[in-house]
Amino acid sequence: MSVYARIRGTGSHLPERVVTNEELERLVETSDRWIRERTGIAQRHVVADGETCGDIATRAAEAAMEAAGVGPGDIDLLILATSTPDQVFPSTACLIQHRLGIPGGAIAFDIAAACSGFIYALDAADRFIRTGGARRALVIGAETFSRILNWEDRGTCVLFGDGAGAVILEADETPGVLSTHLHSDGRQEPLLNVPWGVSKGVEALMTDPASGKVTMRGNEVFKIAVRTLGAVVEETLAANGLERGDIDWLVPHQANIRIMAATARKLELPMDRVVVTVDRHGNTSAASIPLALDVAVRDGRIQPGQLLLLEAFGAGFTWGSALVRF
Amino acid sequence: MSSIEERVKKIVVEQLGVKEEEVNSEASFVDDLGADSLDTVELVMALEEEFECEIPDEEAEKITTVQQAVDYINANLE
Repeated sequence: MSVYARIRGTGSHLPERVVTNEELERLVETSDRWIRERTGIAQRHVVADGETCGDIATRAAEAAMEAAGVGPGDIDLLILATSTPDQVFPSTACLIQHRLGIPGGAIAFDIAAACSGFIYALDAADRFIRTGGARRALVIGAETFSRILNWEDRGTCVLFGDGAGAVILEADETPGVLSTHLHSDGRQEPLLNVPWGVSKGVEALMTDPASGKVTMRGNEVFKIAVRTLGAVVEETLAANGLERGDIDWLVPHQANIRIMAATARKLELPMDRVVVTVDRHGNTSAASIPLALDVAVRDGRIQPGQLLLLEAFGAGFTWGSALVRF
Repeated sequence: MSSIEERVKKIVVEQLGVKEEEVNSEASFVDDLGADSLDTVELVMALEEEFECEIPDEEAEKITTVQQAVDYINANLE
């Protein structure tokens, strides 16, 4: 008998504070129109002073656990996808484990794959469950990108937002996650990065805080993202013997409405079959897919039995997809 | 078989959502046809796919009109 990983519940959390495009017009030389036309973003949420990735991740996890009807004692695996952890160590996943009251002895760790992080975490959790290493997994994507943005760089500060999303994955005889497809290519690292870390450049960061922020060569990233995502969705369909029209919902990483539209065209899906939250959330990196999934599950668009294609592209480069029967 | 110019113009019409009669040879993608920076990236990608070639970014930046696109394709297509 085969075991599959099935999504039993979803949850999400957005920080209270909303930053509109109009507010950004007062910070940098930009306009609401410029931002909307190129990205589809109208607003984004930003954490309060002192509010951390672990804080919003915990709230999203609680919502997912409530939706799934499971308690902390039911969870034996916790994976957090993030590039903005609370501390160097322990992993933010361990901090969340403690706060949620998930019993000691469970497995908890972080995964860093930038904007593709949630797909990577979902892939890992799916493998744990299918091989009997775990029964019930809490998979979270959470980010506080506002902390690593240069608020004087109009090319990046308008794009990102903070947020968290989570799913409960459970062993089941019925699929479930049908396939996952992960890829990385470190050659193009300079196109999109935060060029410092614990082991590199922390001293420079202390004297010049602006040096330690997200840098991106937007047009080049855009081009590679469109091509790469087109290829990975084709790969996913082919691996499952599917036709383009077989997908019920595309739940893409919410980087930019125009990248999403290009992928939808590749799949011959109309935009009303694409879950879009980038207008309200901005790009929340690893959090964007579980956030979008939760929005569409809660508003009733995504129904049990439907076929979902999740896909993401991010710094690394990393990219990936997951085909999921909800 | 359509000429290179006809194929380029067809792509410009499709990508930028403009009328065929607006797309004369001297038309500038940004100034005359209302393209923004991402439109021009997508236009270059469509040209690369149509003509099965790769246009390096530094070359792509110099292609700002229909005629420049046609000239580039003519010069680089064997």
